[in-house]
Amino acid sequence: MSRLSDAFARARAEGRAALVTFVTGGDPTPADMGPILDALVAGGADVIELGMPFTDPMADGPAIQRANLRALGAGTTTADLLAIAAAFRERHPSVPLVLMGYANPMVRRGPEWFAAEAARAGVDGVICVDIPPEQDGALGPALRSAGVAPIRLATPTTDAARLPVVLEGASGFLYYVSVAGITGMQQAGQASIEAAVARFKAATDLPVAVGFGVRGPEQAEAIGRVADGVVVGSAIVDLIGEHGAAAAGPVREFTATLSAALRRAAQEKAA
Amino acid sequence: MNAPNTSPRPNTLRNGPDEHGQFGQFGGRYVSETLMPLILDLEREYRAAQADPAFKAELDDLMRHYVGRPSPLYFAERLTEHLGGAKIYLKREELNHTGAHKINNCIGQILLARRMGKTRIIAETGAGQHGVATATVAARFGLPCTIFMGAVDVARQQPNVFRMKLLGAEVNAVTSGAQTLKDAMNEALRDWVANVHDTFYIIGTAAGPHPYPELVRDFQSVIGHEARAQILEAEGRLPDMLIAAVGGGSNAIGLFHPFLDDAGVRMIGVEAAGEGLDTDKHAASLAGGSPGVLHGNRTYLLQDDDGQITEAHSISAGLDYPGIGPEHSWLHEIGRAEYHPVTDAEALASFQRLARLEGIIPALESAHALAAVEKLAPTMGKDQLIVLNLSGRGDKDIFTVAAALGVEI
Repeated sequence: MSRLSDAFARARAEGRAALVTFVTGGDPTPADMGPILDALVAGGADVIELGMPFTDPMADGPAIQRANLRALGAGTTTADLLAIAAAFRERHPSVPLVLMGYANPMVRRGPEWFAAEAARAGVDGVICVDIPPEQDGALGPALRSAGVAPIRLATPTTDAARLPVVLEGASGFLYYVSVAGITGMQQAGQASIEAAVARFKAATDLPVAVGFGVRGPEQAEAIGRVADGVVVGSAIVDLIGEHGAAAAGPVREFTATLSAALRRAAQEKAA
Repeated sequence: MNAPNTSPRPNTLRNGPDEHGQFGQFGGRYVSETLMPLILDLEREYRAAQADPAFKAELDDLMRHYVGRPSPLYFAERLTEHLGGAKIYLKREELNHTGAHKINNCIGQILLARRMGKTRIIAETGAGQHGVATATVAARFGLPCTIFMGAVDVARQQPNVFRMKLLGAEVNAVTSGAQTLKDAMNEALRDWVANVHDTFYIIGTAAGPHPYPELVRDFQSVIGHEARAQILEAEGRLPDMLIAAVGGGSNAIGLFHPFLDDAGVRMIGVEAAGEGLDTDKHAASLAGGSPGVLHGNRTYLLQDDDGQITEAHSISAGLDYPGIGPEHSWLHEIGRAEYHPVTDAEALASFQRLARLEGIIPALESAHALAAVEKLAPTMGKDQLIVLNLSGRGDKDIFTVAAALGVEI
């Protein structure tokens, strides 16, 4: 069993969805990341997604674009990212950590280099926004041989014919991008999310986590009733943008409200 | 310099890309999952269009009567005399409707958009030439159109912004990043991903995810096909050299592609060296960059050691992009085409020289290619032939040039 499957299994055993939280690495500075990541764990996050900042985050909305700029403005490097991951792994031996970002910073020194460094830093999975299954060769084989899970994305445009292509070679969990759009903007209708999750669960044993546009506890609770995981990113990133180096407290409180919402959803389900 | 080529050449260099949309290691489809089904649809629809005589007939008719093709191949007698070497012919793409080669591609893509039943057009633009060409075809076919343009470019290209608005387009000033072409492309991709159901993205250069580099090249290859027939008619033989400016590289690949298998034809792409390759203010992705992944394809990019994209600089807004089309990266690596750098100052001098010698004000992009001609023609024999792609006219650049020369208009 891996840390990722353990985390989803643990949540499932509690009858609830796993809470997956995203922050951009190095936002507001690399030095502030330790307390912020710890706050996510203390608030009840089950899986941590650490964004790799990129100059051209073309799938992201304004909140995460600004976070990328803050991180790069603070001088965040790939070496900083890996050091943040390694330090997190030392403090939290069992909390799964996933790197999320764009292809170019991941393949710059070669996919094997990146996969090996990620594995050495204790990273469990990698989500690359702009490497679709058709380009798997650019990173997937290197990740698999290093024991790091390539996590695939499914979207509202992933139809029945295409779903097997996405699932082939997927591991860790399936990340459902619930809106055709960029991060943090609109939210999907609950009915469409339920239909999509049902479709995916019929096709794979991987846990299905739902993200994009999940802004607060109410939506998290609703999605938590049907999905294996709920991803919250932009709303947390906005808090970091607002509070900067003092963000750990507000991040912990907000994460705790999300975590409580998922537990509420579980109680309702059980009742 | 070009990397040594150790692998055997294929029989033809004109069959690319392969079934994965790659030219050697370059190209591909590096897009988000949301866009992937649409990109595959576009490829299917493009194959169907290629096999459909009605598509070609409509394209040819618009090229002739709306764009004004064929464009002339003009013997530049005084420029030739002045340089004292090879005979120089100008392929007059600046005489097209809207004043540049960009319209060739826009006509082709909007016909594809209509075939696919898309009802809204978006595009990115730097200097505004592709934006104007896109707004033009959108007006011609009655489709609503949004142009993404960096806020910095909006400020320095007001005439083109007004042109686009006159043509009925909405101009969206992009305030993210450095607020130039690269950021406009990011924002266009963000819009597209949120509106895939009804929106067609007309990419302006031979870059982006497959099949864009291929279809843009094919629509621009009318330049090379015409030039080939025209030079054969004028001189009874193929040229010794082709020269074209390269930003993303659509005018250059359009000229080069029909000649790729003619081993005796040397091809020179001209990259913008800005304030010099020894400074950090240039846009020469091949001479000063390295392979990476951006905007849907693997190609040469200006980037740092961590893969962060660095800002490009050129006096020519059309060359001010930190990447290059993937087929050029491949032609560079296999050594079939050469890529030479030309600085802002060299381009400015050539801009003025062509105006005085031939009565033609070239676009600053094309002035880069001219500067390379000025270096190369004198080293060649008087019986040798050069074809230069005069890709655009310079009216749009007079304010930039005046400012660079310290003239107040």
